[in-house]
Amino acid sequence: MSASDTIPTRETREPHFGFWRRSYAMLVKEFIQLRRDRVSFAMIIMLPVMQLTLFGYAINTTPRNLPTAVLTQEDTDLGRSILKAMQNTAYFRFVREVHTVAEFDELLQSGKVLFGVEIPRGFERAVRRGDKPALLVAADATDPVAAGSALGALGPLVQTALAHDLHIGDPPEMPFEIRAHARYNPAAESRLNIVPGLVGTILTMTMLIFTALSVTREIERGTMESLLSMPIKPVEVMFGKIIPYVIVGFVQATLIIGIGVFLFGVPIIGSLTLLALLTTLFITTNLAIGYTFSTIVQNQLQAMQLSMMFFLPSILLSGFMFPFAGMPVWAQYLGEGLPLTHFVRIVRAIMLKGAAMENLQYDTLALAALMLLAMTIAVTRFRRTLD
Amino acid sequence: MNGATTSAAASASGLAIDARGLSKSFNGREVVHDLSMQVKRGSIYGFLGPNGSGKTTTIRILCGLLTPDSGEGTCLGYDIRRDADKIKRKVGYMTQRFSLYQDLSVRENLEFVARLYGLPDARRAAGDMIARIGLKGREEQLAGELSGGWKQRLALGACTLPSPQLLLLDEPTAGVDPKARRDFWNEIHALAAEGLTVLVSTHYMDEAERCHEIAYIAYGHLLAHGTVDEVIAGSNLSTYTVTGDDFNGLMTELSGKPGVDMVAPFGTSLHVSGRDKAALEAAITPYRSNTKWHWQPSEPSLEDVFIDLMGRSTDNFQRG
Repeated sequence: MSASDTIPTRETREPHFGFWRRSYAMLVKEFIQLRRDRVSFAMIIMLPVMQLTLFGYAINTTPRNLPTAVLTQEDTDLGRSILKAMQNTAYFRFVREVHTVAEFDELLQSGKVLFGVEIPRGFERAVRRGDKPALLVAADATDPVAAGSALGALGPLVQTALAHDLHIGDPPEMPFEIRAHARYNPAAESRLNIVPGLVGTILTMTMLIFTALSVTREIERGTMESLLSMPIKPVEVMFGKIIPYVIVGFVQATLIIGIGVFLFGVPIIGSLTLLALLTTLFITTNLAIGYTFSTIVQNQLQAMQLSMMFFLPSILLSGFMFPFAGMPVWAQYLGEGLPLTHFVRIVRAIMLKGAAMENLQYDTLALAALMLLAMTIAVTRFRRTLD
Repeated sequence: MNGATTSAAASASGLAIDARGLSKSFNGREVVHDLSMQVKRGSIYGFLGPNGSGKTTTIRILCGLLTPDSGEGTCLGYDIRRDADKIKRKVGYMTQRFSLYQDLSVRENLEFVARLYGLPDARRAAGDMIARIGLKGREEQLAGELSGGWKQRLALGACTLPSPQLLLLDEPTAGVDPKARRDFWNEIHALAAEGLTVLVSTHYMDEAERCHEIAYIAYGHLLAHGTVDEVIAGSNLSTYTVTGDDFNGLMTELSGKPGVDMVAPFGTSLHVSGRDKAALEAAITPYRSNTKWHWQPSEPSLEDVFIDLMGRSTDNFQRG
């Protein structure tokens, strides 16, 4: 009797503190779980540190020391002075000297240099005669941000440097004309640059997550135990899990490129077949990397977090958002290890510059190497037992 | 070649499983200790023991899902360390937790298994199995939507699909209703009659009695094995069955008395057991004269034996 009396008394009291007590119980439980999840804990530290480092040190929206080629058709003091003056602006870094137009064009088309300076035959004589000859500066304007500030600096800065160098006092005007030619994207439209890059970015995000969840899902749902007890090899599991998404990725890529072409008017100057082939390679590389993540992490949450950790530098360091050539060397090395970096170059080169396979050998090989590396790690990491 | 000869040797000896001295630890905790077991071909071998006793770990070692820290063994004549791939082709393993794809239909799950094992006509093999396990009419239902009993049938169907020679069933009837359990066991006996060897772990005593041989494992140690009669005889347990009414008081008085090792109610009767027959009789003498109760010497049940084994193993192996 007394017991049945006390129960309702407690129930009537409960609402006063019930809300806080229950919230507190939930809070304590969440903290305990968070503490056990080491990977999430590491992410809480790693993500901001990584973001700050990349944004703070690696990213530069007014890039300097951009790789530049010189096409010299005469070797004169004036020519050398002009080049020196350009280098002194700190925007240009002369990396190659060529003697034929074909070589000059190839360097720009393959993306090995962002600028090309052409000193024409008889340039010095024409200057001395007061003919105001033209000095041609060709810029790869696929990335308007990278090209823009350097081109803007070209006129005034070169003039100041030259005035000093030629001991001609303050010339009232330039003794020659600098003719800047923004190749591939003359109107400096950023959508022409962004849409091709976006193909790679979207594919990275979706492909990575598809496969990053694939092995952990089997483990979490308990199906891995059955699967491992059946005669299937790690390579077979991997191919079986990757191939369907190659098709999914291909459909997605077609959709993005289609929208880019028909809605945003982005051209495809190069070969569509080559674009399709290399896009497939890129898709497979990302799927392989996602799959590798899947063999490393313990659950689906960690898989998502690791994908995030990979996606973030991919966007920042690949040259998709910020000029690649403007980053410090260490960041460029990091960027070379990301598939998106190579694909952004490939897709821009094919769509905007009409590049062919021979211009893209390096980036294609880099993608293939990253894919094989990821697959090797995945196959060796895949646990064939439950040990 | 080597595999073929060892296989032939094992067939000659008539053993489907021959394991010696298996041990396995996880994070410094020994789950299986120096375990040896022999299972005859074509027999149904029951594997009993409390939760966490190492049954699942042992089964996983046998089918190559775990590597033993020490010990040797063959499964169907193949070495459990070196020939895991060959074992997987000939052994069907039914996991404790349903481990087929919940988002695949019955048919799709079976076809997946059939293709994985390279059966010539996956679609027909799956269809035949659906008929055999009585899932006709449900073949397009998602596996995740099946009830417990049907899931378990599907799982059995999936692991017998590639015609294995040995079935490892890890608590296949946990959480399944009595009718479904009976049907399941009939199926297991039918499979054994076809020549299959079956190793089945269970908690149910009635299921243990349906096995040709049983083994009892607790805290990773194999404590008893043999036929049911052999295990009971080997326990050296003396039991009295008490009938009558009101033995609540009797229970409390008897438990803990020297000579009485176990007092357990069984429906309307009470089982009083002791390892030392003389001491047991001395302990119960004062109560035998009471006419309220009727005392009768009886065979200990399998459950008495196991509870006694478990109690003894607790004393020996569980510390802290």
